[in-house]
Parts: sequence; structure tokens; C-alpha cells
Amino acid sequence: MLKDITLGQYFPGDTVVHRLDPRTKLILVIVFIAALFLAVDWIGYAVMFAVTALCVRVSTIKLKSLLKGLKPLIFIILLTGILNLFYTKEGTVLFDWWIFTVTTGGIKRAFLMVVRIMLLICGTLLLTYTTSPIALTDGLEMLLNPLKKIKVPVHEMSMMMSMALRFIPTLIEETDKIMSAQKARGADFSTGKLTERAKALLPLLVPLFVSSFRRADELAVAMESRCYHGGEGRTRMKTLRLARRDWLAFLAGALVLGGMIVLRVYGL
Amino acid sequence: MDAVIKTEKLTHTYSAGTPFEKTAIRDIDVEFYPGELTAVIGHTGSGKSTFMQHLNGLLAPTAGRVLVDGQDIFATKEATRDVRFKVGLVFQYPEYQLFEETVYKDIAFGPKNMKLSEAEVDERVREAAGFVGIGEELFEKSPLELSGGQKRRIAIAGVIAMRPRVLILDEPTAGLDPGGCEEIIGNILEYRARTGSAVLLVTHSMDDAARIADRLVVFHEGSIAMDGTPEEVFSRPAELTAMGLDVPQSAAIAQALRERGADIPGSIYTLEQLKAAVAALGKEAAR
Amino acid sequence: MAIIKTEDLHFTYEGDELETLHGVNLEIEEGSFVAVLGHNGSGKSTLAKLFNGILLPTGGRVLVDGIDTADEERVLEVRRTVGLVFQNPDNQIVANVVEDDVAFAPENLGVESSEIRRRVDDALKTVGMYEYRLHAPHLLSGGQKQRVAIAGVLAMRPRCIVLDEPTAMLDPVGRREVISTVTRLCREQGITVVLITHHMSECVGADRLVVMSEGRIVADGAPREVFSQVELLKREGLSVPATTELIYELDAEGWTLPLTALTVDECADAVMAALAR
Repeated sequence: MLKDITLGQYFPGDTVVHRLDPRTKLILVIVFIAALFLAVDWIGYAVMFAVTALCVRVSTIKLKSLLKGLKPLIFIILLTGILNLFYTKEGTVLFDWWIFTVTTGGIKRAFLMVVRIMLLICGTLLLTYTTSPIALTDGLEMLLNPLKKIKVPVHEMSMMMSMALRFIPTLIEETDKIMSAQKARGADFSTGKLTERAKALLPLLVPLFVSSFRRADELAVAMESRCYHGGEGRTRMKTLRLARRDWLAFLAGALVLGGMIVLRVYGL
Repeated sequence: MDAVIKTEKLTHTYSAGTPFEKTAIRDIDVEFYPGELTAVIGHTGSGKSTFMQHLNGLLAPTAGRVLVDGQDIFATKEATRDVRFKVGLVFQYPEYQLFEETVYKDIAFGPKNMKLSEAEVDERVREAAGFVGIGEELFEKSPLELSGGQKRRIAIAGVIAMRPRVLILDEPTAGLDPGGCEEIIGNILEYRARTGSAVLLVTHSMDDAARIADRLVVFHEGSIAMDGTPEEVFSRPAELTAMGLDVPQSAAIAQALRERGADIPGSIYTLEQLKAAVAALGKEAAR
Repeated sequence: MAIIKTEDLHFTYEGDELETLHGVNLEIEEGSFVAVLGHNGSGKSTLAKLFNGILLPTGGRVLVDGIDTADEERVLEVRRTVGLVFQNPDNQIVANVVEDDVAFAPENLGVESSEIRRRVDDALKTVGMYEYRLHAPHLLSGGQKQRVAIAGVLAMRPRCIVLDEPTAMLDPVGRREVISTVTRLCREQGITVVLITHHMSECVGADRLVVMSEGRIVADGAPREVFSQVELLKREGLSVPATTELIYELDAEGWTLPLTALTVDECADAVMAALAR
């Protein structure tokens, strides 16, 4: 049934990668991206590939799931590859026809760029695959906390995100129900011309909007009744605390970043 | 008389072939006749909702068939679509499906989907509104402005307007106060009496079932556990209780009196019957 | 002392011409179980929202533990003292995990983490949902969701819980779960319970029954006394338990059965006693 679909692509597990503090993971992903952009040549890329492979291995996330996550972005990956292939004019010319020139340098560059994008995506996928949406929201809120000083509504933003996550299954269920009810009155959602089909969605969308507003209204009253008054003075039951493994992870991240800087200096 | 709906070995399994596989109903053989008011009873998860959604083709069976007027409703796509108009299904809290700007247009939605002429649509809307006691003065109002009970009756009218030969209502009185319940029950009885349609009423209220149903079908764990007149079903209170169901209050009082040695027949399930039986005992005692 | 006290309470919704409540005077004793009965539109749900300052009186006052609910400075004190549970369980659960939802109120109150943990565990155990603490709320049954909502209020350690038609959307099993839970809260933990409902059967176990109609209190007393006013209840569009109805009808035919026999057993005993005479 519709309500059984898992959201946010989170694969629960109990590996070191899963157990890391969400803040640690968020920071490490940024470090990872920075390190990735420092790579210039074979050795640098090989190191980053090894780091990614190690993390994937430890997280026990299946290669198949990663490939599935890469699939929607295949077009961008291919486009980057092709552009780099034809626009780089270095080394020996292998092929030349009209405006298309392929050089050995172009092949190398295209390959490395494709690898870079794929590693980049794998790194972020690893974050969302191993961190529950709620932990992610919490981590983000805490990391962004300093921004409150410059009047960024960090608490409100993270509250909105977690509410949205909470109500997605409820709304899916409701959509299901309204759709069945309208079908029972002969509504047809699947045939006809595009304009007809768009119009046919009204019997679904209007009730859904009405009920969402009603829900929002009731929810606001319920939250106020439970003493909600914004983020001020709010505590948390589950406070995020950095454990030893988080510090170790930071250390490893720092080493990789440092190593990549050195490699870059030597142009490797 | 021929059955208007007949199911043969109707079975439905959700998420078949996955670890979440769950058989909601299994080998259901049952028939419903025109003019009959059947109460369908069973606690949440007993399979009754799944069963109901097969009767108008919203869910397709994993195995078995549903025949409406002798026709397999899943034989062709057209048959599956047509059955929506023959078997009207009113979902729980139907007021949440209202979407048109006016009451009139909302009731007309079903008949319009049947591709009827404008005159025919108009006739059906007026007739359906009449059944549920919605006056013409409300036709041009927005359904959103009306009270909860009115909204619900408009939603029911939207299904009745298709003139279904079978009307199925899933807990039509849920969440209404006693006055609102009475109105809806009255509307349903009126519709049945005037059109001779078969009515299936899914309900949790044993007292409602006792009061208005000709026949009771009790679902339990995906099968039909009991099927009979209210007298037959309510004379087996222990089995109902074992299935987590209530007995009508009057039947419970009658049972308590029997336990105290009073000579009260086992077939009592309404207040009128109970009162008559106790009054008779009183007269006897006075002699 | 009264935990909730209303003094000549009037209320009109913004934009409405007609008043919803016309002068309600009510005192809810601490530790009691009070049922409020009335048909839709009688003003009973409005009353619930006035009890914790979600709505403020347009005339008269509401005092919660002596605090005027209109006192903006003390609104959190009021809401912490009187917890509200609503009809639709889906629209009052805020988190994706049961225990996170129960933690919501103490988090808002700035309670310290370890204390929140303790309160959440206690509250979930009290409503019998502790084993479900890590579940996603949308996969629970209606009765279970409503018990989570009650736990969410309990975690504030309120002295009074007001439930606004908490069983209207539940099946009989869920209904029984919720009613037995709140009855236990009152009897075992001494928490004041105000149960707003239109189900007669849910009022039988209450200490006191208040009947509302058109924004006024029309009957107030022990359930036995109130149910014996059969004509009044019928006039208000409320049903009467079959036990009372039977006795009422038999009495109309010259029997003299006590209208206060409320339960099935009491009713059967009364009938047997009369037959023996």
C-alpha cells in the first residue's frame, strides 16, 4: 500500500557510519567535497575513491542502492563527461572531425570529472542513506544555530522540515482515500487528454487542500496546548553528544583533507 | 429473487510476494439481494473494508470473482467502470470528499461522470437531495459553509444521485451526535423503502444494527464468521464477545435477566421486544 | 479547591453575531472525573478551549488553579496545569517517533534532558504504550494514537486533563482503551479528568455529569440523577442508556422501578425485585 513506502531513502542499520553524530556526518561530507575538489591527477582521485569505497564498505550500504541513487543524475554525469571530452585540447589528437576534437588529455579529463561527480553523489547519498531524516534535521538545526544571531529563523525552519516529514505519510493515506472516494463517484484520473486530466485532479486537490488547512489549524491548537511557544527556552530530550568515534572520524577527515592538500601542492 | 451481488471464493492478499504479505480476506462466498438491509460487522482489521472495496471494483481480487447482476465485474475494463454506478460506495467521513463550489454541483458530480443529459442530471440531483433532506435553498451554497451533519448528507446524496442498485455505507454515522445519527439512519431507510435497493451498512454500533438491519454479516479474521437474521446472530452473545464485539444493550439486559432466572426468550435484541417481554412477565406475576 | 472555575463565562467567536456560551458557571473539583455531555453545537468544545486559555472569554473569567487564563504572563502555567486532548489523534501528534512526540511538551517547557526522559517513560508506561516508544505514529491504531496523545499531555505533569470527544473517531476497542486509561488516571493518580463526549456509555463511570445545551448548563449532578431526567435528555437530542430507557418505559406503565439503576446488573436486579413483589 501507498503508506508503506519508505521516505527519504534512509536504510536503518547499526554500523559506525550509522552511529556517527549527524553533525559529524554533515561536516565530514563538506570536508569530503572540499577534498574531492582538491584532487587534480590520478593519485588524488585514487585516494578519494579508496576513501569512498571504505566508507561504503563499512556502512554496509549495497552497491545496488548507490547505483539506484546515481541513476536519476546519469544525464548530468554524461553531459559533464562529453563536454570535457570535446573541450579539452591537450596531448595528442586522436580524432578530429568538424568541430569535434578528441585528445588524450580530453579523455583523461572527462574520465576524472565523471569519477569526481560520481564520488560526490556517492558521498552525499551515504549521508542520507545512513542518517534518519529526523536526525538530519536535528543536526542541521544545531549546526546552523549560530545563524540565529543574525536573525535566521533556524528553529522554525527545522520545525517545518520535521513537521513535513511527520505529515507526509498521513497525507499519502488521505490522498489514497479521497482518490478512492472520487473513483467511487466515477472520477477518472488516468485517461483523457492532458487538459482533461489536469481538470480531473480538482476533485482530489480541493479536498486535500481543505483538509490540510484544517489539519494545520488543529495542529497549531494542539501544539499551543502543549506549551509550544517557539524555540526560545526549549530543551531537547535527545541532546546530541559527540562520542569518541566522532572525534576519530574528524581526525580521519582532517588527515584525508591534509593529504589531499599535499598532493595538490605536488600536482599529483 | 436473483442476488444483485454475489462473490465466489473472493480472496485478497496485500503486498503479495513480499515479506509484508497479508491476506485480508479469504474465500468469501456471499450473496446480497435487492431490498435487503444488511449490517456488516467486525472490528478494525477484520477484512470488512477490504471486502467492501471489491464490490464496486475499487480493489481487484487476488483470487475469486465478484458478480453484479450475474456479470463478472472484472471481466472487462468497461464492466469495472460501469459497476461504480451500479454499486454506490460511501466512504467513512465522506464530507472530506466534497470539492465543488456549490452543493448542487457536488451532488451532480457522479451523474455527470455517467454522461447523462443535463435534464437527467438535474432530476437526479433533486431526487437525491430530497432523500437526504437537503432543501433547494442550499443548492447554491458552498458545501464548506454548512454544518458537519449537512455536509455528510450531501456527500451521501452525491452517491445516491447515481441511483445505485446497491448502496454501501461505511460507518455513515461515525462522529455524529445522536440527533445527527437518527437523521442519517432515517435517510437510509427511506432510500431503501422507496427504491428497493440493497443496502449494506458497515457499522460498529450493535444497537443500530439491531434496530434497522434485516440481516447481519459478521467478519472475523478475513472470513465471514456469522451470517443470519439479528435474532440468530444476537442469540449467540458469547461468540460475539469472544470476537471482541459488543451485543446490543437490550440483549445484554435480557441475558442478565435470564441469568437471574427470569423466563425471557433468547431472541430478544431490541428495547421494544425487551419491554414487551418484561411487561408480560409482570402481568403473569400479578396473577 | 476547584482546579477550574468559570465565572459567568460568555464567549462569542470573532465574526459571529451569536454568542456561543451565555454565562456558564462551573467549578471542577480537583481529583474528580467530570463528564460533559451535549449535542453538536452545544458549546462543549468551545468550553474545552477556554479551560486552558487557547480561547479567552469575551465576558466573565476562567480561573485555573486560581490563575486567570487571560493573564498573558502566566499562560504557560495555565497550559501546564490543564492538558488538552483532541478528537483527531492524527492532528495532535507532532513527531515521527512515539517517544519524541511525548517529549514535545516538556521540551517546550525547558525541562532538563534526563528529567524529560524520565517523564516520557513514565507517561508511556501509564498509558500502556511503552513497548511502542520507537514506533512511527502513523502505523498505530486509532486507540493507540489517542493513548500516545494522552501520554504527550501527561508528560507535562498536568493536574487536570480535558479530553474533547477523544473517542469520536475510534472503533469500540479503541474507545474502551481510551476510557479505561483516563478512568485509571483519575482513580489511581488523582488527576482531574474532564471528558467531553456524546456517548452516554462513557459517562457512566464519572463522578459528575454536566449537560450543555445552546451554550448553557441544563443539568448537573451524579450520572444517576442526570440520567433519571429522561424527558430532559430526550429533549436535548441525547440518547439514554437502554437500562434507563427500559425502566422509564415500564414506570410509565405503572411499575415503580428506580431510575437510578444504571448498569445492566443493577437494572436486572431491580426488575427481578419488582417481579418478586
